Amino acid sequence: MGALFSFVVVILLILIAYVGVAAVGMQSIFGTVVPYAAVLIFIVGVVYRVIKWGKSPVPFPITTTGGQQKSLPWIKQAKLDNPSGSAGVIGRMALEILLFRSLFRNSKSELRDGRLAYGSAKWLWLAAIAFHWSFLIVLLRHIRLFATPIPSFVSLLENLDGFLQIGAPRLYLTGVILLLAVTYLLLRRFYVPQVRYISLASDYFPVFLIVAIASTGILMRYFFKVDIVSVKELAMGLVSFNPTIPAGIGSIFYIHVFLVSILFAYFPFSKLMHAGGVYLSPTRNLANNSRAVRHVNPWDYPVKVHTYDEYENEFREKMINAGIPVEHSPAITPEEEEKLTEPTDDAEIPVGKE
Amino acid sequence: MAKLPKPEQLSKVEYKLPGKRWMNTPVEFKEGMYCNGTRPDYLETVDFPNPRKWAPSDEDWKLPENWKEIVLNGMKERLEKYRSFRLFMDICVRCGACADKCQFYLGTGDPKNMPVLRAELMRSVYRRYFTASGKMLGKLAGGRELTLDVLKEWWYYFYQCSECRRCSVFCPYGIDQAEITMIGREILNLLGLNTDWIAGPVANCYMKGNHLGLEPHTIKSNFEFMVDDIEEITGIKVEPSFNRKGAEILFVAPSGDMFGDPGTFTCMGYMMLFHELGLDYTWSTFASEGGNFGSFTSMEMGKRLNYKIYAEAKRLGVKWIIGGECGHMWRVVNQYMDTWNGPADFLEVPVSPITGTRFENAKSTKMVHIAEFTADLIKHGKLKLDPSRNDHLKVTFHDSCNTSRGMGILDEPRYIIKNVCNHFYEMPEDTIREKTFCCGSGSGLNAAENMELRMRGGFPRANAVKYVQQTHGVNMLANICAIDRAALPTLMNYWVPGVDVAGLHELVGNALVMKGEKERTQDLRLEDLPEKEGAENV
Ligand code: HEM
Ligand code: SF4
Ligand code: SF4
Repeated sequence: MGALFSFVVVILLILIAYVGVAAVGMQSIFGTVVPYAAVLIFIVGVVYRVIKWGKSPVPFPITTTGGQQKSLPWIKQAKLDNPSGSAGVIGRMALEILLFRSLFRNSKSELRDGRLAYGSAKWLWLAAIAFHWSFLIVLLRHIRLFATPIPSFVSLLENLDGFLQIGAPRLYLTGVILLLAVTYLLLRRFYVPQVRYISLASDYFPVFLIVAIASTGILMRYFFKVDIVSVKELAMGLVSFNPTIPAGIGSIFYIHVFLVSILFAYFPFSKLMHAGGVYLSPTRNLANNSRAVRHVNPWDYPVKVHTYDEYENEFREKMINAGIPVEHSPAITPEEEEKLTEPTDDAEIPVGKE
Repeated sequence: MAKLPKPEQLSKVEYKLPGKRWMNTPVEFKEGMYCNGTRPDYLETVDFPNPRKWAPSDEDWKLPENWKEIVLNGMKERLEKYRSFRLFMDICVRCGACADKCQFYLGTGDPKNMPVLRAELMRSVYRRYFTASGKMLGKLAGGRELTLDVLKEWWYYFYQCSECRRCSVFCPYGIDQAEITMIGREILNLLGLNTDWIAGPVANCYMKGNHLGLEPHTIKSNFEFMVDDIEEITGIKVEPSFNRKGAEILFVAPSGDMFGDPGTFTCMGYMMLFHELGLDYTWSTFASEGGNFGSFTSMEMGKRLNYKIYAEAKRLGVKWIIGGECGHMWRVVNQYMDTWNGPADFLEVPVSPITGTRFENAKSTKMVHIAEFTADLIKHGKLKLDPSRNDHLKVTFHDSCNTSRGMGILDEPRYIIKNVCNHFYEMPEDTIREKTFCCGSGSGLNAAENMELRMRGGFPRANAVKYVQQTHGVNMLANICAIDRAALPTLMNYWVPGVDVAGLHELVGNALVMKGEKERTQDLRLEDLPEKEGAENV
């Protein structure tokens, strides 16, 4: 249901761009207005979301400890999984963000003849890491279109990425990996029953969108071969705030750009914000040192408590009889007397025991 | 009460998913899977809203007219107070990595027990009322109206989560369903929707100082029984003191250890150890509970109950605090106590009077875990131990969820066990340390009426115990948690008969060679020790 809906929406988006450019001739809308709007929405949206998260404080140090704490000097601490200071936290976060360390722990459980067994399950991690890294590299490679001269790290990336030296234009590996990995993630959503069961339209949509973006990109590069000089002219126009629409760029380009714009505009309002949220996750980015350094809750407020004096007033006589020291002499004030003789329904409160 | 099915039946878990989408599958209250609704007087004792008689199976939950507004306002308030909550509502990608990590999913096969769906129960309402897309697109954006059915579903499933944080270890963003459950329960409590089993101990603890509702004289007399048993076993009379001003150390343990097997054996172990050291310590009948069922209710209630520990330390004028073996108590001490009720600047940085070790890791809370304290003693050679007195035991160790994933005390207890026992075997790697499975009864789920849930939730843990029973003949499940000591014997009886349950310091007490003791012929359970070969007397 959600999958079909998302699929149809992505097809519609493609048609909109195609009709808009090929039939109606709105190149300037799809080549300038839409990308500008998308980037604006992206920036404002992301800032808004991050500020919103930032405004909610972290009242308690709730680190998820994934290993041995720092305690006695001769007990080996798991410095990354249970960090006690900022160095450990930085290491832990870096591994989460760069290598998806927690996802790497993933396992699969299986129940056979009443026995649970746990096996390794690294495919999700592999596809996720392949997808994200190739996505990043593809994105960085695009800088070539937006900068003259081309920064040297971009040329370096291109050389590494195209080291196979196949075909003309040279085949970039990341493009292919991106498409394969995201296809795996999509198929997984279809075929792993649990994942299918939890998936919403908003889980399928970005995946379909990225499949479409990667496909149009690959088509454009290897098959339809749009005029790259004109594309660069358009891109340079965008970044220099002097937009131009060179003639003769194929519709496929505008479709690609439109889909990317949709992705950018959609980003801040969707689960894609996990990219920003992961940095702020309190179970990961706090040190587990709350017994050594006091964590302050900014909205802490005084609460009603039952004091020792109230306790002793209730039990003084019993305490004295049992030989337990008391604060106040046994002389009982009239109110206390009253309190003591009040019928209590102690017997009714069951002891919290199995 | 519902009849508990046989293990052979329960172990055939069906993981098949219903054809209908989860949002369109209404909650069904299955007997044996949930606790009783709380009695009104418990709520009245702590001034909680909407005290009334109700049962979860009732059609009418007797909610206030404006319950929906209360819930939505409660959510809004907490979204503004907890970054965790807002973030966890926003960033889940539904990758499903957490799905089969929860013992309640593994044991029930109910998809709403997958951590991600448990969260979606609330997230769907969040999307509908707190996000632009959900407000506009509703169901299409994964939003869901807040209805009475949805509220009941929250109650049913937030009390089928033991707040164990196992899911959070595996989630790529550290999304912690325990945190969402805690906030969810806090919101339910705004409508008086607690369980009897949690609200009762909360009320007891508030008025009497401990969950069990033991009054001061009862505590004292319970201890007298234990003191007599120690004397019978060792020939030595230990002399615990209560509410003694000027002691150096306040000792706070879970009240479960003061009452009922096998907790009392652990308690005897504490007392024997402290006696042997000549430690200047006192118990308190007021701060007679380290555990905190308040933390299963709301952060505020947790703070109200936890207040007693520092207050009592101050009143008695002790220098620092040692805490006994308890799981959620230590999550509270590690992650909440200092923030709630500190700074404890009237106390001193803990220094072991025996070894001189300064517990730098506890320099702000001033509270040391007894396993840290004892491990330090053993490392410094301050204890004379005869591990062969535990030779009748083949021991494995169960990490409690709270101490492993909310603190990380993993190797201290293992070091102690290896020094006091000769036969120690680990359970499989995926089931211990930070990946440990819950006993199935944590976070206040250890009632009687939800026994099927407990046996199902404890199934993965029991399964791993069974494995070491079959491969190594393990017959003792050691732990550092009072809820484990209360809940695991039932679980073992059901799934792995022949395995007993013991606190760490019971094993220490067995092995501890005390000055002037008589030759031991019994362990702390007053059971005869097997004849020793060569009968050498250490
Ligand atoms: C610091 C940055 C990021 C981190 C640490 C990160 C991490 C992750 C992880 C661990 C997953 C789960 C595995 C999976 O389902 O594939 C995931 C899923 C996903 N991420 Fe990211 N991500 C980041 C940035 C991004 C960005 C910039 C995008 C841009 C489009 C993105 C798009 C996605 C998508 C679409 C999925 C879901 C794939 C699926 O449906 O299975 N991520 N991310
Ligand atoms: S592992 Fe985390 S991101 Fe993935 S489904 Fe579970 S809660 Fe969501
Ligand atoms: S906290 Fe534990 S019990 Fe709760 S959903 Fe996560 S794994 Fe399950």
